[in-house]
Amino acid sequence: MGHFLPSNHSSKANTLTMSAVQETAFQEKIDAELKIEAKDWMPDKYRLHLIRQISQHAHSEVIGMQPEGNWITRAPSLRSKMVLIAKVQDEAGHGLYLYSATETLGITRSELIEQLQMGKAKYSSIFNYPTLTWADMGAIGWLVDGAAIVNQQSLRRTSYGPYSRAMIRICKEESFHQRQGYEIMSKMSNGTTEQQEMAQDALNRWWWPSLMMFGPADSESAHTSNAMKWKIKRGTNDDLRQLFIDRTVKQAELIGLEIPDPDLKWNPKTKHYDFGEIDWEEFWEVVNGNGFCNKERINNHIKARSEGQWVREAALAYSEKKQNGV
Amino acid sequence: MSKELLFKYVLTLGDDALILGQRLSQWVYKGPFLEEDIALSNISLDMFGRANLFLEYAASLKGSTTTADDLAFKRNEREFSNHILCEQPNGNFANTMARQFFLDAFYKLFFEKLAESEDEQLSAIAQKSIKETTYHFRHSSKWVIRLGDGTAESHEKMQSAIDNLWMFTDELFEMNEVDNNMLTQKIGVDCLTIKAKWDQIIDEVLSEATLKRPENIHMTSGGREGIHTEHLGHLLSDMQYLQRAYPDAEW
Repeated sequence: MGHFLPSNHSSKANTLTMSAVQETAFQEKIDAELKIEAKDWMPDKYRLHLIRQISQHAHSEVIGMQPEGNWITRAPSLRSKMVLIAKVQDEAGHGLYLYSATETLGITRSELIEQLQMGKAKYSSIFNYPTLTWADMGAIGWLVDGAAIVNQQSLRRTSYGPYSRAMIRICKEESFHQRQGYEIMSKMSNGTTEQQEMAQDALNRWWWPSLMMFGPADSESAHTSNAMKWKIKRGTNDDLRQLFIDRTVKQAELIGLEIPDPDLKWNPKTKHYDFGEIDWEEFWEVVNGNGFCNKERINNHIKARSEGQWVREAALAYSEKKQNGV
Repeated sequence: MSKELLFKYVLTLGDDALILGQRLSQWVYKGPFLEEDIALSNISLDMFGRANLFLEYAASLKGSTTTADDLAFKRNEREFSNHILCEQPNGNFANTMARQFFLDAFYKLFFEKLAESEDEQLSAIAQKSIKETTYHFRHSSKWVIRLGDGTAESHEKMQSAIDNLWMFTDELFEMNEVDNNMLTQKIGVDCLTIKAKWDQIIDEVLSEATLKRPENIHMTSGGREGIHTEHLGHLLSDMQYLQRAYPDAEW
């Protein structure tokens, strides 16, 4: 790595620490679009940023099983039941890959779960909204997974190798989820009057929270600048949000549903949709724990984990006995 | 008459898979760890897949416009003919594993015989189910062993689950008029002949798990005739809610 040092060693150069040299090499690698792997040197802040972001993503998959799990036993046909179970099962699988990707950064799954349960780690706030009707299964698949895909597609190019590979795998499954959701919405908006009302009501309730999924406006986002420099994030919150809106408006029109935003309008100059003001007060309320279901989601997670404690202990005790030849 | 009996026979097979699948799907995110959430969902999915095949076949025997969904979502408690064991609540993880273990051991043997059925559809579904059931049995029997031979707490919970569900196991081997007719026609399985093997499998696993086989337990049955425990009605009212509330809607 000597070639990163200035050729004539001035006194200033002598104080150049090893970590600064490593950091330069690290940034060069990132700028060259090379992936950072688990054993490579990385700045502590990069590592911490990744732990925070990937674990938040893992927790979102896991907590996201609850609002949809709420309708599995009531799914109205054998087919829709199987599709929904498969979807929730995929989410558990995504949670697993992402916990594994986070573990490559030197933290264990149980530590991550503890952070979640203590409220130190966040998950996507969207899952703090209640699922009230079957149409919500459609809205979640179509909008929530639709928004997640926009974000995840961009993250396939993230600079951290294990995260990027997890995203590539997850994106393949997410597009099936989005189709599943859109199919429910489409069936309902072409169904009975009651079904149409449920579909529109679900869109009304889920639209704005879906836009909030991309996070605060770029001007307000605390984490964006380093994350962009390190290529952890590959698109800004505002750009990704706009991409999602442009895609989704047309899909809503196709099935005769109305986006609940009177300011939504095609702008021929920018070739994008202009849209109304997002209620950031609501966003921060939910992020800070005051959403409709925050407490319930975490309590359910704690309950399931504590009820499974004896099972995990038994499995461990049994495997130790077998290893010791008992 | 014969078609009506075949319908009833197929319906029971569908109901067993449907009701057990519904129970397993209640675990969703509540398993002891993520890998187990995935395993339970997998087994539940296999059950719904199997239920769908049997109920589609039953619907075709019924004729007219009846669909598998009609049979699943528009019949009442008394019209369900599943074995009572399938509808028993999940309880704790040991209860769910005991229920699954008894049924997996039974269905493993049952489908091996049903695969020889002269009814092509039943034979085909049975062949498909053998593979799944082999995996399900491996999963549930290993948990019975792990929990039985794990900690003192897990041993006690596993033993109590085995004891509490044992009363529903005899029903699996009862032969009613439908079964006897199907057996005569070489369509159905003689459950009496698989009982000895089932006993042997159960004994082997319980012994490895350091668990006791229950003795002198009064046996209960009635599911095949639509006499169920009170749990079934609640399971159905949850499962059938949308279809019942919006009878004109298509989903």
